[in-house]
Formats: sequence, C-alpha cells, structure tokens
Amino acid sequence: MNASFKNSTVEQVKKIVLDIIELVAPDADLSSVKSDVRLRDQLDMDSMDFLDIVMELRKRYKVEVPKEDYTQLATLDGCVEYLTPKLQAVAAL
Amino acid sequence: MHYDVVIIGAGMSGLAAGIRLAYYDYRVCVVERHHAVGGLNSYYKRGGREFDVGLHALTNFVPAGKRQTPLAKLLRQLRLSRNELDLAEQRYSEVSFPGRRLRFTNDIAVLTAQVAEEFPQEIDRFRRFLADVAEFEDTRLDQPHHSARSAMRESLHDPQLIEMLLCPVMYYGNAEEHDMDFTQFVTMFKSLFFEGFARPRGGVRAIIRALVKKYRSCKGELRIGDGVAGLEIRNNRVAGLTLDSGEQLTADIVISSAGHYETMQICQENGVTPDLPDTGAVSFVETICILDRTPADLGHEAAIVFFNDSEKFHYARPREPVDLRSGVLCCPNNYDRHKHLAEGIVRLTWLADFAPWMDADADTYVAMKQACFAKAIERAEAYLPRFREHVVDWDMFTPRTIERFTGHISGAVYGSPRKIRDGRTQYENLFICGTDQGFLGIIGAMLSGITVANLHVLSDS
Repeated sequence: MNASFKNSTVEQVKKIVLDIIELVAPDADLSSVKSDVRLRDQLDMDSMDFLDIVMELRKRYKVEVPKEDYTQLATLDGCVEYLTPKLQAVAAL
Repeated sequence: MHYDVVIIGAGMSGLAAGIRLAYYDYRVCVVERHHAVGGLNSYYKRGGREFDVGLHALTNFVPAGKRQTPLAKLLRQLRLSRNELDLAEQRYSEVSFPGRRLRFTNDIAVLTAQVAEEFPQEIDRFRRFLADVAEFEDTRLDQPHHSARSAMRESLHDPQLIEMLLCPVMYYGNAEEHDMDFTQFVTMFKSLFFEGFARPRGGVRAIIRALVKKYRSCKGELRIGDGVAGLEIRNNRVAGLTLDSGEQLTADIVISSAGHYETMQICQENGVTPDLPDTGAVSFVETICILDRTPADLGHEAAIVFFNDSEKFHYARPREPVDLRSGVLCCPNNYDRHKHLAEGIVRLTWLADFAPWMDADADTYVAMKQACFAKAIERAEAYLPRFREHVVDWDMFTPRTIERFTGHISGAVYGSPRKIRDGRTQYENLFICGTDQGFLGIIGAMLSGITVANLHVLSDS
C-alpha cells in the first residue's frame, strides 16, 4: 500500500467517525480533535453517546463492534486501526 | 406476527424506548390499550376545550448548551431538537407553609436567599446540604434504599425547613408514603431546584406528538386501542403475547411500561400467575378549572404553589376520599408572559384515597366529584383569592380515572414504592420501563425508556 493511499484511508475513517460524532453529539466542538486523546475526555461524551457511535456504525455501514472491543474505539487513532479492515470488508472505503 | 421488540404502553417511556430501537432498525411494535397515546401524561378534548393531564411542569429544565444534563441527553438520544418542545421557562414558584413561604426559580441562588431570610439559623447547614445533594450519584443504578427524612435530619435542624423541601419533591414523584428513598429524593431535588421548571407552550401534547412523529418516521409500528392481555411464559421467558383482540404476537424481547405489578399480573406459566409484587398507595385527584381571566389578572403570578396549611405535612394515602390539608396549585398561564393559552387555567392537585373513588356507584361518584370540587375551590382560595367566581368550566380526574385510562392499579401514578432501577424482571427477556423503573418526572420517564432500550437491547445485540 503506498503512503498517500494509506493516508487518505486514515482521513476517510476519521471523517466517518467524526461525522457520526457530529450527529450523536451535535453540540460537541469537533474543530480540534486530537487523534491520540480519548474521545470521551476531549469531547465530554458519556457512555450513552459512545453506544450511539457503535450503533451508527452498524446502521450506516453494517459494521458490528462487539462489546469487548469498545475500548479499541477510545481514540481516533484507535478507531482508524480497528475500523479500517472492517470498513474495507464492507467496501465502505 | 413476530417482532424484535414489543413495547407495552405508548406513554412517554414506551415511545422513547420505541424511538431508540426503531431508529436503529429493530422491528418494534408499541401496543397501547387506550384509544389515545400518552399514558399518565395525556390530553383530551371536552366541550370544545383541550385539557391536559399529568405534566404540571417539565422539570429538569436547563438552558441550551448544558451538555451533561438529563434534558440535553434526552434530546440527543432521541434526535429531537429543543425547538420542537418550544419550552417556556417559569418565572417563579413557591412552597407555602403556615407563616412561611419559600420562593424558587430556575436559579438555585433564589431559593438559597429565601432560606437565608426565612431560616437564618439554617443557612450554613442548608448550603452544606446543597453541596451534599449535588455530589450524590443518584444516577447509579445500584444505590441502596435509604431514608430521605433521616438523611435530611442529619444535615438540617429545623423540621419545618425539612418539610418545606420535602413537599414539592414528594408531590412530583414519590411513590412511598411518609418518607422517600434518598436516591429518588436527590434525583427529584436536582430536577426541581438545581435545574428547574418549564412548560412546552403547546402543553403535554407537544411532547407526545413530537415523540409519535419521531417514532413513526423511524418506521416504528404503533397499535392503538388494543392492549396486551396476556404474556405466556415458558422456560423463564416470554414466549408469546396475546392481545385484547385475540391476536397473537411473538417477540425476542418485551419491554413493559404498564407497571411491575400490572405486568406480572398478565404473565402466565402453564395457567399459573407468578407471585405479584407490591402496588403503590399514593394517588391524587386533580381539579382543572377554566377561568374567564388569567390567574395573573387576579394578582397571582406563581407557576406552581406547593402548599400545606396544617401543622405537619402528611404525604400518605388519606383516610378520606381527598386530603385538603396540602396540595399543588398549578397555573399554566404563568409560564409565559406571552398569552399562548386562550383561557385561564388553574389545576389543583390533592392526595386521595383510591378506595372510595373505586367503590362508588355511578351516582355516588358524580356526587363525590361535586363535593370535592366545592371543597377544593374553597380551600384553594387561600392561595388564589376570589377565583371561584371566575370559574366557567371544570373537570376532575380521580384515582378511578387514572386506573381506567392508564391501567395503573389504584390510580397509583408514581407506581410501586419498590423501584427496579435496572429494569430487569424475573423473566430473561421481559423488562420494565416507566414509572416502576424509578426515574422521575417527564424527562425521567423518557430517560427510563431510553436506558432500558440501551441497556437490554442495543448494548446486548
């Protein structure tokens, strides 16, 4: 995989997650989200919001995230790593 | 017919649970026995006039932008916009006891200043009490039962201050007689005093209609006028549902907002009904008066007055049809300076004993209503002088009305004193939401449905 392709995939997955957060928590400030900081800490989200991120992934992309994997979605970087193969498998990327 | 989830009751909690599940593409059916939706918070038309039941105030009111609050969470979870509720904030309300009056607004500083004035020797203790209440984690589902009265006596010394704080909190959500569970007390106290009161300009119907519209837009199915008559239990699970019409349904999961007792009562395993839990004993009568002018025209500007005119405040099932020693006077017109209501409305709520209202024959029942109306009006004139001569129409609901239209046994609007915080029942795929799950108020009712849907369906998928 060449570097620019990889880079664009990373940005695509981030955008997918941020679009969902925008819907789930419309009043959150998404302008300066850090990739390596827990989303819950920087966006003041609770477990209800987090559940919605998982549910939206299922609704929009048919991507299933089992409960034991929730922690892998803690940061944007974690989301990219965990979701990229899953989104590729459903041809969402 | 098979559904992923069947929800019993199209009140606020059932509809909220339905929206969550239908939005995430579950096959959901909400089944409502009554011909109208809303349950304990509903509305009807009589003689060309629209009447609201339930909702005096939407508690938990916070201004837009306060994120981690029940109202904000609710709107996010249901994907509703604040504008749809069109909320008008209260100006002030009051707690009125013999010789003392505490005014409060949606700013806790106003109540604190009032306590400093009326109970100067208590103010430091009151401030510490507020800090303790603010810190208490009432939303945890595993808080043990603990007496609110004893907790308050540890913090505050003046018994009248304790009673004056308990009065509104109990009237707006306590299923227990005499005392209240401290966790429930804190939830209610925060929703009344730390947050506050507002009213949808369209009344309770504005909320119900927004919920139904949302639910339908998510392709949720709603059956009106056909209740769930029986739940057939096999291997510790609900295996099938029988409707009043005789139709049979099956569902992977059943969520019931009918009440714990009311739900267990329709369960049958090999023709045997399970042991039944407690029912609640606290019920009310409410008189709704239509006036030829607004309460403000008569010099009355409080949105709600919680009053008690006897030496002690008694919150319990009375020994007579209605207990006129304390009550709630609600003036929907007073939420908004703009005139959004065509006529003046005064709602008077009192504690009631359900038994005589249930047992009365038709003629006695009508006579009881008339007698109750006359006495209630006379008593309420202490708080709203001379309003009797301006009453042009009235209606009244009693424990019997509540049982008839909501199915809540004995008209116990706040359900059983024993709450099931996590919604679980003895059956694996049957869950309780609404009144008996123990979240309080209108916002609490909807959060209850959301929580049960999240906890037992969405997170478990």
